[in-house]
Amino acid sequence: MIPAAFEYVRAESAEEAVALLVEHGDDAKLIAGGHSLLPLMKLRLATPTVLVDIGRVPGLSYIEERGDEIAIGALARHHDLETSAVLKEQVPLLAATAHQVGDPQVRHRGTLGGTLAHGDPASDLPAAVLALGGTLVAQGPNGRREISALEFFRGFLETALGADEVLVEIRVPKAAGAGWSFQKFNRRAQDWAIVGVAAVVNGTTGIALVNMGSTPLRATAVEEAVRSGASVTDAAAAASQGTDPPSDVNASSEYRRHLATVLVRRALEEASS
Amino acid sequence: MTVGAGTFSGTPVRRVEDPDLLRGAGTFVDNLKIDGMLSLSFVRSPIAHATIRSVDVTAAREMPGVVGVYSAADLELPDAPALMALHPAAIRPSLAKGTVNFVGDPVVAVVAETRAAAMDAAELVEIDYEPLGVVVDMEEALDRGSPAQFESLGGNVVIGLRTGSEDPLAGADVVVRGRFENQRVAVVPMEGSAIVVDPTGTDFDLTVHLSCQMPHVARAGLAKLLGMDQERVRVIAPHVGGAFGAKHLSAEGVVASKLALELGRPVKWVETRSENLVAMAHGRGQVQYVELGLRRDGTFVGMRCRMVGDAGGYGGFGGILVLGQTKLMAQGVYHIPAIAFDVAIVTTNTTPMGAYRGAGRPEAAAFVERIVDMAADELGIDPVELRRKNFIRPDEFPLTTVMGADYDSGDYGAALDEVLRLADYDALRREQDERRRRGDRMQLGIGVSTYVEVTGGGAEFSEVEVHDDGTITVKAGTSAHGQGHATAFSQIAADQFGVPIEQIRYVQSDTALVARGRGTGGSRSVQLGGTAVLQTSKLVVERAKELVAELLETAPEDVVVTGDGRLGVAGVPSKALSWGEVARVAAERGAPLLVQHDTERAGSTYPFGAHVAVVEVDMETGRVVPLRHVAVDDCGVIVNPMLVDGQVHGGLASGISQALWEQFLYDDDGNPITSTLAEYAMPSAAELPSFVTAHTETPSPLNDLGAKGIGESATVGSTPAVQNAVVDALSHLGVRHIDMPCTPERVWRAITAAQAGTLPDPWREPRPEMAGFPREGAAGEELERGAESVNL
Ligand SMILES: Cc1cc2nc3c(=O)[nH]c(=O)nc-3n(C[C@H](O)[C@H](O)[C@H](O)COP(=O)(O)OP(=O)(O)OC[C@H]3O[C@@H](n4cnc5c(N)ncnc54)[C@H](O)[C@@H]3O)c2cc1C
Repeated sequence: MIPAAFEYVRAESAEEAVALLVEHGDDAKLIAGGHSLLPLMKLRLATPTVLVDIGRVPGLSYIEERGDEIAIGALARHHDLETSAVLKEQVPLLAATAHQVGDPQVRHRGTLGGTLAHGDPASDLPAAVLALGGTLVAQGPNGRREISALEFFRGFLETALGADEVLVEIRVPKAAGAGWSFQKFNRRAQDWAIVGVAAVVNGTTGIALVNMGSTPLRATAVEEAVRSGASVTDAAAAASQGTDPPSDVNASSEYRRHLATVLVRRALEEASS
Repeated sequence: MTVGAGTFSGTPVRRVEDPDLLRGAGTFVDNLKIDGMLSLSFVRSPIAHATIRSVDVTAAREMPGVVGVYSAADLELPDAPALMALHPAAIRPSLAKGTVNFVGDPVVAVVAETRAAAMDAAELVEIDYEPLGVVVDMEEALDRGSPAQFESLGGNVVIGLRTGSEDPLAGADVVVRGRFENQRVAVVPMEGSAIVVDPTGTDFDLTVHLSCQMPHVARAGLAKLLGMDQERVRVIAPHVGGAFGAKHLSAEGVVASKLALELGRPVKWVETRSENLVAMAHGRGQVQYVELGLRRDGTFVGMRCRMVGDAGGYGGFGGILVLGQTKLMAQGVYHIPAIAFDVAIVTTNTTPMGAYRGAGRPEAAAFVERIVDMAADELGIDPVELRRKNFIRPDEFPLTTVMGADYDSGDYGAALDEVLRLADYDALRREQDERRRRGDRMQLGIGVSTYVEVTGGGAEFSEVEVHDDGTITVKAGTSAHGQGHATAFSQIAADQFGVPIEQIRYVQSDTALVARGRGTGGSRSVQLGGTAVLQTSKLVVERAKELVAELLETAPEDVVVTGDGRLGVAGVPSKALSWGEVARVAAERGAPLLVQHDTERAGSTYPFGAHVAVVEVDMETGRVVPLRHVAVDDCGVIVNPMLVDGQVHGGLASGISQALWEQFLYDDDGNPITSTLAEYAMPSAAELPSFVTAHTETPSPLNDLGAKGIGESATVGSTPAVQNAVVDALSHLGVRHIDMPCTPERVWRAITAAQAGTLPDPWREPRPEMAGFPREGAAGEELERGAESVNL
């Protein structure tokens, strides 16, 4: 429960963070809220030798309207999202999802950038960003680039971010008045989802699944079924198509498949009501 | 404030303990800082069963700040302490010797100047293991060919015994059968194990600050293991962050003590959260094969129980509980004329078993209340009526049960009536019917349990002294670790002396300050320690009255405690002396107002009660949400209702949690898979319903207070009520049993199987080995007596 020894450097800007990553190479890790990284370090499952703290980089915690989109700084905490008036009005799915993450302590430390960069399929917010079809902005030694959420998650705890890149911004389309739902199934209030579903119905329907494979997943079979006019129940029946849910102490993969069907149906019902 | 004698007992006096705790002035072991103190850390086995081929500590020894790195071969260590040895062959060394028997088995001890240095060095210890066969499942451990931990046992069965009636089901019209798993759970106190051992003091050879329940017992055990005179050892239990039966001198504590003596410096060991889940003894862990015979009208004829108890690695003493309290309480609150009770206790490659809140009694209530519900379902009788029909009646107490328990007093029907009234049972059943008729997604389950358990028994010590400033020091040999003894015992004493609570100074949990004691466990404290305080206070008051009679020239019978802090003459308000004045004169005469007193041995008391649990089951997902829990617990005469409710609330949380959430699990190789609190489902307040608590008060005739234990009762009563409620919610589908914890997946599987007509039979025959054990003989009886004395 005590991490291995490491050096600690605090970056004052995204540029400086990138420079530090370049300088220290593979030994370095960014730390934002620390609520995914520190548990791994305490169990000594992660042993970075240099921690680059971006947690206090100024000007990266904004949540603001920008044209048709809402732009969110990577350091916005889950608590900022759940309490943001702009989000509640323009992208209520994101605010409601943030509200379901962990407990108040976790929500006051964890960042949107951190949870996306960590790429844990069991995390809630990545599914919401995926369902919304968001855009992620990464800053590296050669400047900024944009990555579609659909392309961002590559494998278990693996993303499209380069080792010398910092995720600086997340943008999601405004969806005021759209139907939405976030269904989280867990055993205890502060638990991770056994299965979760994020849905947004805004002309088109976007549905993403939590903990149904090695990455957050779009439920494309369901989306297609909805597009071709299937009933909610029939569409939901396709929920586990193309997924590869794990079996673990909380649930077998068979049960997860069943839950996905139930939760997608409930999400569609709620989002279209 | 004017106080009259006898005004505190029975009232919700606020806890005198809380100001310190709320202000952060707690004295928890880890808060302790002593100059020159070293930190101890352990390298634990990552493998469930293996031969230790070699241990290489060179790299660890060279780390900065490291003082020493030791394996069993480097230290002359005594064996690990056990509250009771299951078998002479089942011995646990304090550090693993030759083999490791469970994941978490400590193999190497690292001592360093700081905790971080000790942990870093521990990472560098290299141990070469040769894996051995592993047995995790307690029924597989019955197989003589299963990989054994102790060669001389020739397998994993430590005790195999058949007891009781030879043919208990004879004459039954109907026999109801069930196989029930009472799952292994972890204790998870907020504070893990912790010890500081200081060999540098002048007054004692060893001063031990130990987070524990029984400092005097720990002192005796430690002194014996180390070959020291116990008068030279001081054990202090400071603030303890929860214990629940599991906090005693541990193997690690012995290592810490040995190293402190060896190095001549204070040594601290504080368990980490991760260590706690594998190193602290686990609880429960039984597989129960139960058959209840009834007549058509519902009268119980007899019961046959065949039980397997998991003792875990090395044969942890908790394995004995199946033969102790579980067997003793197998009859529950009912007349069951004949009972057979066969037991197998086995070792497995898992964390050793110990005692956990209820220690054997929840396991008994769970199977009795489950089989009674199954019988009600089978016969189509309301579970409440079936219970009532078979209750032991109030006019039958005291009585000795078929299992040999001496039930002191009880009124089971009164508790049941009260809980049904509070829960509005009939209205609940009506709502259940409506939901069923409508085919609601959320179905209602109503679970009833009526239980009796066993607490206390034995003697306890107290000392009371009045000082010349009028303050009174009260000591008892019990040792609170959160319960509020300082408050309750001060109430008892304050009533006798007619003084405000603030005038009492309560002292406990330090062997240098309290002459002797048995500590706290088995819900014994108020009934034994409280009674000791009461009796001792009375002896002091008596002595004071004699002195006052002499001073005021009257007869001792005419001296009264005035209730305003004085002793006076009845009917003559002007003639009175304060407690301080009396104490001063007594001291001057060489006979200070100080009495040390031991109570006579008292028999165990039998608290009881009735619970109603209401749950909602989501028929699509199997998720169970506890909606209400109504508990009527009878702990005899209540000293402080607020403290009692605190015990009940905590007990309900533990009990409900066993029914719905907690289970400690291993994979087939013996790797724990619930080894962090992310996987091990400890509930929080968010998961629990709000509790309705109430009490009937049936005095125990066995102590002056009329009190029975309450620390564990709600745990005993709540688990079966909740499990019964879950099954009840699905009974219309034909579901008859779901094992604990009733996880969403298990419940969903039951629903799915019911809909498909493929529900599994809740019964199967136990393994054939169970039939081969010897019938109870002298050795068995001796073991049972030993087992009964393990009351935590
Ligand atoms: C008790 C507990 C319960 C939790 N429950 C939930 C839950 O129910 N649902 C849920 O979704 N999550 C849960 N979490 C996780 C929580 O949401 C984390 O905060 C989040 O996953 C990670 O965000 P962070 O800022 O803490 O990231 P950190 O831990 O600081 O970093 C995580 C990873 O991302 C990298 N990283 C961080 N920021 C950036 C960046 N800007 N650019 C590039 N890389 C970056 C780090 O290098 C690291 O590899 C829980 C955590 C805890 C401790």
